[in-house]
Amino acid sequence: MNFEFSDEQLMLREQARGFLAQHCPPAVTRKVLESDADYDAELWQNVADMGWMATTIPEQYGGLGLSYYELAIIAEELGRVVAPLPFSSSVYLATEAILQFGNEQQKSRWLPLLASGEMIATVAMTERPGQLSEHSISTRFYQDTLTGQKQPVADSAISTLIIVLAKNADDELVLCACDATHPTVVHSSLRSLDFSRGHSAVQFNSSPAEALTGKTTDWASIQELLDRAAVLVAWEQLGIADVALEQACEYAKQRYAFGRPIGSFQAIKHKLAGMYVKNTLARSNAYFGAWALASGSDQLPLAAATARVAAIQASVYAAQENIQTHGGMGFTWEFDCQFYYRRAKLLSLAIGSERYWQDRLVTGLDNQTPNAA
Amino acid sequence: MDFNDTAEEATFRNEAAAWLANNQLTAEETQGLNRLQIAKLWQKRKHDAGWACLGWDRKFGGRGASAIERVIWDQEESKYDVPSRFFVIGQGMIGPTIMAWSTPEYCERFLPKLASGEEVWCQLFSEPAGGSDLAALRTKAEQDGDEWILNGQKIWTSGAHYSDYGLIVTRTDTSVAKHKGLTVFMVDMRSPGIEIKPIKQLNGESDFNEVYFTNVRIPDSYRLGSVGQGWQVCLTTLMNERLAIGGGGPGADVKLAIDIARTVEINGKPAIEDSAVRAKIAEYHVLEAGLKYNGYRAITALSRGELPGPENSIGKLVGAPKLQSIASFCMDLLEEHGALWDEAQPLFDGLAQRSYMGAPGLRIAGGTDEIMTNIIAERVLGLPQDPRADKGIAFSDIPTGGHS
Repeated sequence: MNFEFSDEQLMLREQARGFLAQHCPPAVTRKVLESDADYDAELWQNVADMGWMATTIPEQYGGLGLSYYELAIIAEELGRVVAPLPFSSSVYLATEAILQFGNEQQKSRWLPLLASGEMIATVAMTERPGQLSEHSISTRFYQDTLTGQKQPVADSAISTLIIVLAKNADDELVLCACDATHPTVVHSSLRSLDFSRGHSAVQFNSSPAEALTGKTTDWASIQELLDRAAVLVAWEQLGIADVALEQACEYAKQRYAFGRPIGSFQAIKHKLAGMYVKNTLARSNAYFGAWALASGSDQLPLAAATARVAAIQASVYAAQENIQTHGGMGFTWEFDCQFYYRRAKLLSLAIGSERYWQDRLVTGLDNQTPNAA
Repeated sequence: MDFNDTAEEATFRNEAAAWLANNQLTAEETQGLNRLQIAKLWQKRKHDAGWACLGWDRKFGGRGASAIERVIWDQEESKYDVPSRFFVIGQGMIGPTIMAWSTPEYCERFLPKLASGEEVWCQLFSEPAGGSDLAALRTKAEQDGDEWILNGQKIWTSGAHYSDYGLIVTRTDTSVAKHKGLTVFMVDMRSPGIEIKPIKQLNGESDFNEVYFTNVRIPDSYRLGSVGQGWQVCLTTLMNERLAIGGGGPGADVKLAIDIARTVEINGKPAIEDSAVRAKIAEYHVLEAGLKYNGYRAITALSRGELPGPENSIGKLVGAPKLQSIASFCMDLLEEHGALWDEAQPLFDGLAQRSYMGAPGLRIAGGTDEIMTNIIAERVLGLPQDPRADKGIAFSDIPTGGHS
């Protein structure tokens, strides 16, 4: 039994944590949060210099050819600092989409640019409120052009490539790649609750695009794409959950009320222990998700859904109870508690809500559980 | 990450599995024997072949095995329906305490017979006045020459009625703070003056006893640690309790919930298609899977020769309330039939009902949910203790709310 990261991987974690402590202190996130910027371009370049976008891209496409364990570790560290970066859009989703669905020529063209961080890309799927499904897609891909509107699309205004989920003339799902900077592609900025990330409504007006033709696109393969992203997002959420708990504990030890540290009151300490329990369960489930993703296991759908549901619960709870533990100060603009509260909720909605993943979890369980004799 | 054994672990596992496959008790051997006698027979067989108390030194009847080898043995043994619960407290908790605190002579006297199953031990800690607040206990031990005289009452003692010996913590000084006036002894459970009464639980079963001590005499040589050092001795036992308390047999779980949800209907469709049902099942799976993979992480630490991390401490805190909740949920799925608990025609083996009725005990035994939560907050997260009204006060001056 070896259910732990390798020593090299643990070293990477330490290195990443140190790097981000230096290059992404809370002031960096706050700067983006308080400005109109969609990301911190300097940080993006620094992270690119570390090779993080290249992690799982094969060496033949200019990547590092490392495993998903390394990417999970990086995701957790980016979560811990609430990095104001389009990393999830560009790496977990767009890079993955091209790796999974792109043909050889498409991979050779885009993956090296994504690996180096020169290209930022994103994925546009949802169009209207409510659950994403194959029935909720009306954007059309017809005669090599895209027409329709996607919203919200994360990070589209800073992307040069958008992977769009659309339907072709035969009403079949298709993933296509579109130049995000083409004049027919109109980005209208949308405010989201996480000001440290950018979102837009994107209008495609007969915009030139090409289908990703490496493998058949159907709803099952789209769900697999989401499964893969879910594991990585779960690790990012785990980072948020842990930092929120650490901050709450720290504050509860320092802050005195009624003549004693508030952390000595069971009302507070039981709350914090509850956060720890959720975080611990989420971490162990995320370990299994990372294993399923890295090993190409057929248990990925259940593993990803379990990791995702646990991470949503842990991160949202930790973020909200961190504010509660801080009392009035936690509700101020000045305190950083808001970072986690905003980002935790954003990520918990980004690729399907808790309800969607609970449903997918039970589908996975149902498929894996034999009928009782 | 992978889920495979190392080469050495695989060799050990094969050896254990082969021995288990070839040495099960036969129906002939167990005919006419009660559960305790069967358990003793099985323990003796394991002991004679070197498979008892694997972590103990060979001279005490063990094998000198590593922690990961113990885990592997437990995994392999649990594939068989073997009786083991009679020895969990003695071998898991009391043996290590004797090893740490008693003399070499007594180790040689007691440990081999504990390992071979010849003698069974019970733990006499909890009292009517001291459960979660164990150190509030009042059973008195007074020195009389080379002997001590015990008077008082213990409660929640598992297996007192079939135990040969017990480990008892007593109060030897009421003029000092409560943790400082305790002393631990070994006690022969057949001593004159010991009276044992089973407790009938709310589920109708009797797993525990009340044990009364009236002028029970113990030789001073049976004392563990020095006079007044009892709390440190208790901590050795309690630390091992965390490691010894296991899963505790079959209970309501996600698998049961799915079985039922596939069978019963909601609005004319299988309940498993109902979104509220699915959300609940997903919640429970997150807990079950999280605990399972926590266990994998702990085993990995053991396999590397490290101690499991604090994540291991959440098992009972999550598992016991989950059992209660999922049992209740399974019964809800059955609607009014869920209330039936008829042994003659059980629904889904009566697993949900049995779990529902047993779960309240699990949430209390071995540390209540609330105590376990305090332990996580204080020992794992480093939060300060509650101020205590009894701190630094002589035991005799501690307020009791009229109970004494």
